[in-house]
Amino acid sequence: MRNNNNYTFEKRRFIIGGSVILLIVIFIIRLFFLQIVNNDYKAWADSNAFLKKTIYPSRGMIYDRNGELLVYNQPAYDVMLIMREVQPFDTLDFCSILNITKEQFVKRIADIKNRKMNPGYSSYVPQVFMNHLSARECGVLQEKLYKFPGFYIQNRTIREYEYPNAAHILGNIGEVNQKDIETNPYYVRGDYSGRSGVEQTYEEDLRGVKGMEILLRDAHGRIKGRYDEGSHDIAPVSGKNLTMSIDIELQALGEKLMQHKRGSIVMIEPETGEVLCMVSSPTYDPSILSGRQRGKNHNTLARHPDKILLNRATMGRYPPGSTFKPSQGLIFLQEGVITTETKYSCANGYTFRGGKPACHPHYSPTEIKYALATSCNSFFCWGLHDMIDSRKRFPTVQDGFELWKDYLVSMGYGYKLGIDLPSETRGFIPNSAYYDKYYNARWNSSTIISIAIGQGEVTATPLQICNMAATIANRGYFKTPHVVKAIDGQPQDTTFTNKHFTMVDSKYYDIVVEGMRMAVTGGTCRGAAIEGIEVCGKTGTAENPHGKDHSAFIGFAPMDNPKVAICVYVENGGFGATYGVPIGRLMMTKYLKGELSEQDKYLEETLSNAIVSPNILLLNRE
Amino acid sequence: MSSYRKTEVWKNVDWITILLYVILIIAGWFSICGASYQFDNAGLFDPAGRPGSQLIWIGLSFILIFVIMMLDSDFYSVFAYLIYAFIIALLIATIFFAPNIKGSHSWLVLGPIRLQPAEFAKFATALAVAKCMNSYGFRLNQPKNFLKVLGLILLPMLCILLQKETGSALVYLAFFLMLYREGMSGYFLLSGICAVIFFVTSMKFSEVIIGDTVIGELIVSGMIILITLLLVQLERKDKRAIQVIVCMTLIAFAGGYLASLAMPVDYSWVAIGLVIAIALYLIFLSLKNRVWHYLIIAAFSLGSLAFMCSVDYVFNDILEPHQQVRIKVSLGLKDDPSGAGYNVNQSKIAIGSGGLTGKGFLNGTQTKLKYVPEQDTDFIFCTVGEEQGFIGSVVVLIIFGFLIIRLIALSERQTSTFSRVYGYSVASIFIFHLAINVGMVIGLTPVIGIPLPFFSYGGSSLWGFTILLFIFLRLDASRRER
Repeated sequence: MRNNNNYTFEKRRFIIGGSVILLIVIFIIRLFFLQIVNNDYKAWADSNAFLKKTIYPSRGMIYDRNGELLVYNQPAYDVMLIMREVQPFDTLDFCSILNITKEQFVKRIADIKNRKMNPGYSSYVPQVFMNHLSARECGVLQEKLYKFPGFYIQNRTIREYEYPNAAHILGNIGEVNQKDIETNPYYVRGDYSGRSGVEQTYEEDLRGVKGMEILLRDAHGRIKGRYDEGSHDIAPVSGKNLTMSIDIELQALGEKLMQHKRGSIVMIEPETGEVLCMVSSPTYDPSILSGRQRGKNHNTLARHPDKILLNRATMGRYPPGSTFKPSQGLIFLQEGVITTETKYSCANGYTFRGGKPACHPHYSPTEIKYALATSCNSFFCWGLHDMIDSRKRFPTVQDGFELWKDYLVSMGYGYKLGIDLPSETRGFIPNSAYYDKYYNARWNSSTIISIAIGQGEVTATPLQICNMAATIANRGYFKTPHVVKAIDGQPQDTTFTNKHFTMVDSKYYDIVVEGMRMAVTGGTCRGAAIEGIEVCGKTGTAENPHGKDHSAFIGFAPMDNPKVAICVYVENGGFGATYGVPIGRLMMTKYLKGELSEQDKYLEETLSNAIVSPNILLLNRE
Repeated sequence: MSSYRKTEVWKNVDWITILLYVILIIAGWFSICGASYQFDNAGLFDPAGRPGSQLIWIGLSFILIFVIMMLDSDFYSVFAYLIYAFIIALLIATIFFAPNIKGSHSWLVLGPIRLQPAEFAKFATALAVAKCMNSYGFRLNQPKNFLKVLGLILLPMLCILLQKETGSALVYLAFFLMLYREGMSGYFLLSGICAVIFFVTSMKFSEVIIGDTVIGELIVSGMIILITLLLVQLERKDKRAIQVIVCMTLIAFAGGYLASLAMPVDYSWVAIGLVIAIALYLIFLSLKNRVWHYLIIAAFSLGSLAFMCSVDYVFNDILEPHQQVRIKVSLGLKDDPSGAGYNVNQSKIAIGSGGLTGKGFLNGTQTKLKYVPEQDTDFIFCTVGEEQGFIGSVVVLIIFGFLIIRLIALSERQTSTFSRVYGYSVASIFIFHLAINVGMVIGLTPVIGIPLPFFSYGGSSLWGFTILLFIFLRLDASRRER
């Protein structure tokens, strides 16, 4: 073996060695750009590997004023599936367990796989096959789950309601919509938020604060553990519990009495402005809007001609009728239009305008207390005439009327009261401009006389009417009505504790209170008398151009240091004394005495079975 | 001549190379730990896990090294053809008996042991080629001899291609680097490199048209003219010829510009015409001066032109669709992060997220969570990039650089052609693996599945490279006796 090295090619080693060095330099430059210059890769790596999983806080629970649990969270079960792990199985058996048809099954699977409907689809990641199974349904499936590889059960929570009452006030929760997500960065698709009632107004208190868990996710989307042993995780903050001012037993009684009727009952504790009960009839069991049937049931309720989802107590606009008269008396007394001795004549009607509006037979002329007790229409028409048509008092009718309107606004009419429930309406108290436009600036008390007796353009919500009763009970002030008494044990802030004084002095209230007491002792609402308690009241029979008169009643009791103010409003119920007065009495008795007597229980049954508006849909829990 | 003492082997062996080898093996093992480490089970030394079994392969490698060192250095030259024949037989058997593993038929399964014969064919081929070129009166420039060597190289390459292991087959192209050192005309390498550059350029700019000019063809034609000029300068130092060519170029483009005032002109056609004109001029010079160099240069430039014109055809009609996609992705012509580009994209993310100092040993998230496919075999360099950062990656590259330069130096000090050819073969194979593997991981070359020596997981590849390297060290240890 001899060396036959060809020396002419020896220098080529430098070319080869040089290319190796060049290659490594190119690699180093490339690495420099990848690892040091460009920062995007780090972010991509993080979004690859870290799954930021939200930990949902438990939503706050809701109690009534006596500490009775009303709303809580109940475990529900979602059927999940991981497409990749699914093996052939007995589809019919599976469908029969879940109580679905094979077609529904096939469609659901197709929907899950459809990336348009389900953008985050991955065959490695659990997908929701069916949500909100009850514990019973879940139990059946759980037993046979081994037959269905790829299917799992995941725990969730849904809202549960202890009582089938107070649906309008408690409200319900539903999945957030696109608008919520755009306006509030807190929410992401699939979150739930309050859609009505206190669930909506106290959403931020009830929901708590979401936590976050950082998990490591592999290339197939499988979770491989917690990042850095959870040291970067954020713990969730549980939602706050609400204590309602509602008395659930009172609420339940009210709802029972209002069966087969449309209308509302509102009761307020005058001293505090706390709403003791707020019935809107027809109503529904709140639990039907929780869980899997929510969408279907919500549609049924929303489309029903009786407008079941409408909270009539805060959203219904009604003519206050004769319940308006105490406020008129107060204005006339304060303005000096009348004194306790001032008497106006009544000849079965308003004599100034030839007997219109009409009145019922009673002695004439009357003074204020008797006018209230007997609900004389003429008296208040005369009062309005003497007030705004008097050019000695006001240079124009407009000025007089504006003052009249301001009085009513100070009593809580015409604007939203600001109750802690969503979508309150403001009712309507016209002003001078309104009539100027309507009557071309040529009008006087006679033109608009029906407003003196709570008819015509004037409308109010049952809440406003009840609030007015509370101002009389308080002799001249109200606190903003509210349905939530405390949040996590902390009482409400000054929004609900400040006194709002009316423009009428306290001393004039005593006169009106006496008139309302007389109405119970010997006037139109004798049926409201409760043994041992001095009840004050006022009936209302509101004319209704669309049908039978509405039956209304306001009252408070006892006369001194009143504990409760009430408004009952039964649509198409006829005379105030027919439904308004007896329902009002039972409600006040229940609240003040705690129990109904045997006789009252008989009346309770009679009233609750009385059908005023037939064919009202009743939905009960399964 | 064949007398030796065993102690002298260890005295004369090149300990620098052994040191580099040990460093790379250890760094490789740590990378495999990083790549296959699971967050839920932490047994690095569990023989059932990949780090554990790699440890076993490493241990066995040291036994292998001992055996290689104990054998007489003449053993390798004497039995070179026999070893080659045996391996070729094994390769052919593999084609027929290997089960289908991920589409390739390259694994021989004998009970619990799986072997990839292609990994062992490299050293066998290197030995056979070395022996052939060491034979008496061998001259590479004689066509008969050249074809013999070519045959020795292409035979295993063909077998491996039939096993559907394109990557491993391409490794045999590395032998041309060794042949270049041994006197093969530089035009072969130049043609190869130019072919790649022209291909890439014309693919990259094939859609770009400015005015009436196809930019890709203009650039390639320009490069052909530049290379022609360079070759004329290197081969003949003929100043006059260079001046003539430069003048022709200026006249052609000036003419093209004047013509463009009157009608639409595609400058790529001007450049193509120019290349042909220059080639004709060179042929004229060759005939006039009776110098064959000019003829070769003219042939080169005309060949390049023909190649450029056929690129589209070759790409669209000869390459398979998945190869087309891979090439397009690596040229940045196609963005396909969830398909063919997925590997490279994830690999770049893993490396890029490492930053200057890396995330630290076993702290890489991308590799551990299996975002990078083949992360402990072909894409092992990702783990280095992610966990050790820029600094770690550069250190690994520099160690590889040292190893290769050392191998070249060792080859040059050999007294026998056999040893030198074998040494250059080893160095060339390492260069090829490093260039393609790291280039692929950092997104510079198309995805060609070949391992990174001493890093990628797998007994066959580790043993293949160990045998390849240590036979050379054994030859080097007794270079004075040969």
